[in-house]
Amino acid sequence: MNLNSMQEIVSLARREGKKFWEVVLETDMENREVSRYESMEKMAQTWHAMLEASQVYTGERRSASGLVGGQGKLMYDYAAAGKCIGGEFMGQVIGEALAMGESNACMRRIVAAPTAGACGVMPAVLIPLYWRENIPEEKMVEAMYVASGIGAVIAYRACISGAAGGCQAEIGSASAMAAGALVYLKGGNKDVMCHAVAMALKNLLGLACDPVAGLVEVPCVKRNVIGAVNAIAAADMALAGIESRIPVDEVIDAMGEVGRRLPVELRETALGGLAATPTGRAVKKRLHGNRGKKKRTLTIKDARWKLEKPAEEASEAPVEGETVPAT
Amino acid sequence: MIDIFDIMGPIMVGPSSSHTAGAVRIGRMARTLLREEPVKADIHLHGSFAGTGVGHGTDKALVAGLLGMAPDNLDIPNSFEIARERGLDFTFDEVDLREVHPNSVLMDLTGDRGGRLSIRASSTGGGRIRVDELDGVEVSFTGDYNTLIIQNMDKQGNLSEVTTALSLAQVNVANMSLHRSSKGGNVMMIIETDDPVPDAIVQLIENRPGILQVIHYRKED
Repeated sequence: MNLNSMQEIVSLARREGKKFWEVVLETDMENREVSRYESMEKMAQTWHAMLEASQVYTGERRSASGLVGGQGKLMYDYAAAGKCIGGEFMGQVIGEALAMGESNACMRRIVAAPTAGACGVMPAVLIPLYWRENIPEEKMVEAMYVASGIGAVIAYRACISGAAGGCQAEIGSASAMAAGALVYLKGGNKDVMCHAVAMALKNLLGLACDPVAGLVEVPCVKRNVIGAVNAIAAADMALAGIESRIPVDEVIDAMGEVGRRLPVELRETALGGLAATPTGRAVKKRLHGNRGKKKRTLTIKDARWKLEKPAEEASEAPVEGETVPAT
Repeated sequence: MIDIFDIMGPIMVGPSSSHTAGAVRIGRMARTLLREEPVKADIHLHGSFAGTGVGHGTDKALVAGLLGMAPDNLDIPNSFEIARERGLDFTFDEVDLREVHPNSVLMDLTGDRGGRLSIRASSTGGGRIRVDELDGVEVSFTGDYNTLIIQNMDKQGNLSEVTTALSLAQVNVANMSLHRSSKGGNVMMIIETDDPVPDAIVQLIENRPGILQVIHYRKED
């Protein structure tokens, strides 16, 4: 099975009486030539790495630029005080998304899902739900397969990097993966899941990748929040019976198309959007002020001398009368 | 075919899969190819590695890799201090390598037994890497497979000896390429295999006349 189309995975699963996650698992077994146990063990480790990243967060660290750090803790404290407009659960989701994005910026261990910049979206929806509803470990691992399958289809049909398709390809894809995982955990069927994925991606279509000074900090950390909150909204809408009017595979194709049409300034080059604001430029100047002073041009040829051994050079010396072509 | 663990993963130290995790892997690959404990590293950053490398910890990540750390090692941010403790002397500068991948680095390395290696590699996205040049010879391999890097003299017969040895060991070749700097100079044979090559076979190949050096890179999970 190639993970090329949500519709095809769903049809195959239906035909063979399997769950969506089982088709993804079997594809991995086939693809990497591993046993069922090996594949599930690796996915369980990945889930545990997410949990651990969440648990070791303290909010004390600051990123290299000083722009990021402590926001997750502020949000957790606010939510714990019962002040959150969206209720305590939503406060935890927002806090988790910030904490994970921050941990990434501060060189802590995270799980790229699908990218490091979007690493906060999946844990932000999975971890608070896992604690609140006491969901069994196996079920969480199955949900991780669901999300991976969705991500693989998006990577195949469109793209998952900001450089290729803007932030919609990173946070948008993460949000779609998270929405699908949520529907699975809440017992929605495969059609409901497809609608959730489609709606999550649709809502973030066109989102620009405009990182200040080119760093995975501003606005990336907070964009994880919109990815997570949007995933919950999309999953809830789908579980309520609301359908996406555009089928999921077509939405993914549209995301790819929008990504290709996004100007290069809005695709991770730090030349447009927030990166190009006066404040964004000032940050860049402060961080890179000393750049360029040490720069020199080194052509690849400069490194060549190391290969040539004196003995061989001698044997290659031009014979008298023979012309040596200039290299 | 997309590996789902490239989607849900890698497990890595942030902030960037290309500028941090990929950089660690490049350093680690360079260490493997040097086959010695590196004691000196002159690291030349190109393009985006030079532009946003410091903010992404690319510098620390490359040194961490040279020290043998994996992309999920929490000591990556402390790699400079660890390098000093372990006697690895390093320098950084920015270079313009012209028409190469934007996330490229050229490293001149010296090992504790005097071995030297010049390696140019690029981080191609999602933590994946590609080695683009070894000791002045342009090559291309990713470390996604078990890889034999064979340096031999540019003479007839070596290639068939190597493939015969591999077929004796029942090792299936996935990809293979030949690279040379000039006619009659040294040749670099890059052979990517599905299964790791047994040490005895590596030894056998290395002992053949005309073969200068064989490095076996074992694929990492």
